[in-house]
Amino acid sequence: MATATSNRGWYKRNEIAITPWLFLLPAMIFFAVYVIIPIGQSFWISLHEWDGLGEKTWVGTANYERLLGWGDANIDRKFSVSFWNNLKWLVLYLLAIPAGLFIALFLNQTVTGIRFYKSMFFFPFVISQVVVGLVFSWFYLPREGLLNAILGFFGAGPINVLGDPTLATYGIIAAGLWPQTAYCMILYLTGLNAVDPEQVEAARLDGAKGHKMLWYVILPQLKPATFIAFVVTIIGALRSFDLISVMTNGGPFGSTRVLSFYMFEESLSEFGFRMGYGASIAVVLFFIMLGFITYFLYSMYRDEKGAR
Amino acid sequence: MFPTPLEKTSRSWQVSYQVLLPIMLIIWLLPLIAVANFSIKPDSDFVNGNYWGIPSSFSAFENYGKVFFESNMPRYLWNSLFITIPTVIGAVALSCMAGFALGVYKFKGNLLIFFIFIAGNFVPFQILMVPVRDLTVNMNLYDTKLGLVLFHVAFQTGFCTLFMRNFIRALPFPLIEAARVEGIAEWKIFLYVVLPLMKPALAALAVLIFTFIWNDYFWAVVLTQGPDAQPVTAGITEFNSQFRAAYHLMSAGSIVAALPPVAMFFLMQKHFIAGLTLGAVK
Repeated sequence: MATATSNRGWYKRNEIAITPWLFLLPAMIFFAVYVIIPIGQSFWISLHEWDGLGEKTWVGTANYERLLGWGDANIDRKFSVSFWNNLKWLVLYLLAIPAGLFIALFLNQTVTGIRFYKSMFFFPFVISQVVVGLVFSWFYLPREGLLNAILGFFGAGPINVLGDPTLATYGIIAAGLWPQTAYCMILYLTGLNAVDPEQVEAARLDGAKGHKMLWYVILPQLKPATFIAFVVTIIGALRSFDLISVMTNGGPFGSTRVLSFYMFEESLSEFGFRMGYGASIAVVLFFIMLGFITYFLYSMYRDEKGAR
Repeated sequence: MFPTPLEKTSRSWQVSYQVLLPIMLIIWLLPLIAVANFSIKPDSDFVNGNYWGIPSSFSAFENYGKVFFESNMPRYLWNSLFITIPTVIGAVALSCMAGFALGVYKFKGNLLIFFIFIAGNFVPFQILMVPVRDLTVNMNLYDTKLGLVLFHVAFQTGFCTLFMRNFIRALPFPLIEAARVEGIAEWKIFLYVVLPLMKPALAALAVLIFTFIWNDYFWAVVLTQGPDAQPVTAGITEFNSQFRAAYHLMSAGSIVAALPPVAMFFLMQKHFIAGLTLGAVK
């Protein structure tokens, strides 16, 4: 209270200083209990051997040594498979960004019914990944699936996408790209809506068109959309779990595992409750993510400083 | 406008665009169309090898009837609803307040707290999994809807606070100052000045969180088991093992499981997209 005419008690006098903390408190407590503290606990658990029920046994860095093959141990083969698959996910998932841009450019017209088309193109994103996984695993079925029906029409032999260790991961990524592309598309459609028409007209007068116009005039203006598309795509790629769990459950022969899935498998599955080892995988995944998170936060911080 | 508006292009491109549009859409939705087609086929089509052709008879009522009356599906749908709705209310309420605090007041640590909320939101679920499961078990909330709701509220608060704070930042600040000059208490400013202006943000967040939580699978598997508390995303696996290889029923089940967020999206499209694309335009 800027006026502060009377001494109406301590709270009144300090209202501006105290109110934000009162408003923040519930959210901060929830967030601390369920998000911040568990991160620390996971680090702690990763230094133990623990079945989730009994006493934890301190093992120091033994879990990490086994996982990463430090010292005389060999690297955990399942871990290295998962790690490489994670990389494949990261790189290929980024295709959602140009694909989304392409569809957005295609749909950025004002013909009758275009709103309907835009929402139909977008709506795969709204479907749960579990259902997307099921839909695509039926699409890929060697006998009943539509994919092989189409391939057969063109004279190509039937392929069992999810049964082939060399193809399965790519099959799952393709399924994941479907909703992700839709997301990027909607980001770009919104971005294109806000492109400055005067700049476009001016560039047209200067003779810019086609891909040159796109590259030098449009894309720079779409930078905020691209940034968000990049963030959500990276996070999505590293979070991939649902699709793998539903489509292949890590198989065939463990070829489609990624770190998030492998971690789950180690800590909570029929193979036993190795919470400590699982936690160490989660910590490795966390550090991979941390690199990206730092970059995202840094970019946002720069914007934040620029805005004030 | 980019690309060049259709009216200003050649006649041939205008025609081919109108033709291409539906073709592209059909290709884009092909996997889904195939499943929708599966779900209205009779059992006999699968025996006869008529997998992707036109259904020999229309069996939608029969198939969807089985989903609703001969399986646990309705229970899972209820569970999903009772997990999703409280989460939406909880997360939106918490983040409204937190967003108000971070968006309106200047104090030490404001930006730091804001960035902790954002950072927490990007964290991989797996690093939270073991401790959160342990905590839920210790609170006797394992395999309950409440256990899931509490976690979801906490986690979604990160994203929601980011959203709310940025929205409140964009509100006209003189409005708040004017209220202060009038001597209105801060909590009343929140309730009577800021909250009414936040309606579009509230709507956008509510539909987004509804979709995110309805579609959650990971935490459903980690924190629940069985039809007492599991939401439909996790329940669909049990459903599918009940009707193993009966593709017409499994397809019908999946479509039922996917429908509520889809309906939500088509009803609240404007808010949904506004929420999703926040920040895509400067």
